[in-house]
Amino acid sequence: MSAPAMGTSKTAHSDSSNKKKKGPGTLATAYLVIYNVVMTAGWLVIAVGLVRAYLARGSYHGLYYSIEKPLKFFQTGALLEILHCALGIVPSSVVLTGFQVMSRVFLTWAVTHSVREVQSEDSVLLFVVAWTVTEIIRYSFYTFSLLNHLPYLIKWARYTFFIVLYPMGVAGELLTIYAALPYVQKTGLYSITLPNKYNFSFDYHTFLILVMVSYIPLFPQLYFHMMRQRKKVLGHVEEYSKVE
Amino acid sequence: DPHWYPARQSLRLDPKGKPLRDEEILQELPVGTTATFYFRDLGAQISWGTVFLIECIGPLVIYLLFYFRLPLIYAPKYEFTASKHLVVPIACVCHSFHYMKRIVETLFVHRLSHSTMPLRNIFKNCSYHWCFAAWMAYYINHPLYTPPYYGEKQVKAALAIFLFCQLGSFSIHMALRNLKLPSCKIKKIPYPTKNPFTWIFALVSCPNYTYELGSWLGFTLMTQCVPVLFFTVVGFIQMTVWAKGKHRSYLKEFKEYPTLRSPILPFIL
Repeated sequence: MSAPAMGTSKTAHSDSSNKKKKGPGTLATAYLVIYNVVMTAGWLVIAVGLVRAYLARGSYHGLYYSIEKPLKFFQTGALLEILHCALGIVPSSVVLTGFQVMSRVFLTWAVTHSVREVQSEDSVLLFVVAWTVTEIIRYSFYTFSLLNHLPYLIKWARYTFFIVLYPMGVAGELLTIYAALPYVQKTGLYSITLPNKYNFSFDYHTFLILVMVSYIPLFPQLYFHMMRQRKKVLGHVEEYSKVE
Repeated sequence: DPHWYPARQSLRLDPKGKPLRDEEILQELPVGTTATFYFRDLGAQISWGTVFLIECIGPLVIYLLFYFRLPLIYAPKYEFTASKHLVVPIACVCHSFHYMKRIVETLFVHRLSHSTMPLRNIFKNCSYHWCFAAWMAYYINHPLYTPPYYGEKQVKAALAIFLFCQLGSFSIHMALRNLKLPSCKIKKIPYPTKNPFTWIFALVSCPNYTYELGSWLGFTLMTQCVPVLFFTVVGFIQMTVWAKGKHRSYLKEFKEYPTLRSPILPFIL
């Protein structure tokens, strides 16, 4: 792993080897705080953009276009989080984080961006709103956690809002993919047919259907995992003192 | 409870420690007049040999289903037809030979050190091999298959590489077998023997994986098929992980382990 910045965190690791929890070093922490602040700000920009566009137009149709660029920028930026896990400065699994980020990036670029016709669908607004609220809460949660000053409200929000936002986001995502299907089939987007000299074929239309089907086993697992996390984190409210 | 047969028992002296090995003797353990063991149920077990066999028979059969173009795979007009390209039957022979060789080795050559693995692994291992075999076979035996760009030259070169590596792989498996005597559990460092195919031991810890990679690279070159390349790459990644682990355990076990050796690729990896 080529990460000169890791030098600091490695020393921090050996210093804190007596403590139970090994956190990132000071340099890594500073970087992560900046990263999470920037991401919080970014998603706030998207939120504000949505509200302003709604007020200006008077309707909630076609709001995607007003936040298209910041959405792409900040959602794609989340790919860095995979790197954070790989470098060990964030204690999450690379695979799990990779999976979550890639699914978002996939929806942003390979579906919404690529199939122009779905950009005016209301389902896009559904998942954009869900993502925006979720990410604002999530990134501010990380920011405060890193600074060891986590307001209970943020913690509560993070582990409660998902109850509505998760299904809302999933609904928006599925409806958008579904809306994209006929256009993908008609244009043969991202598909390769035989014969070709690489002896390979790929049908994007079928692939999208498989992606939709994969939500069936995956979504409940993730949802109930969050439910269990909620019980664990919020359940012992009386025992722990509220942080600042 | 007779349900917990020995193969699925894991006993440790310390709940967070390493499991005790089968060969360890009670008198030699660091315990006093009474001993406390921590038991863990490893779940239903299956012998490695059985897993290898099922893992290999699958691809062997599946590939042939595609080769003979059984119904429901390709369009009805192609049922039971044959490809007009020479490389297609050659590829079939190579693929089948590879898996038959593995079956023979599992039955007669390998002396497997761990006798069992969890039952769940059979589903993982088999789906991996079976699905990839189906995916590769589908394209190679497809009516619209495109033979390699450089034609006969490419196929001949690839076949030579494939056969060379298959012979190499077999030589390594035989050499490893001769290291282990049936009753003796002492590990020994493998060294080059009179067989030239084993001379690679001078540079590599796990030449069986090196030759396996070589075989699949040959097969990729022969068929010029992206799914085969994909399978080769994925297999290479997995084998590299295994080779590195084995290399590390060799280094730990033997102070005099030759320093020139790399885990899987000479000097590189």
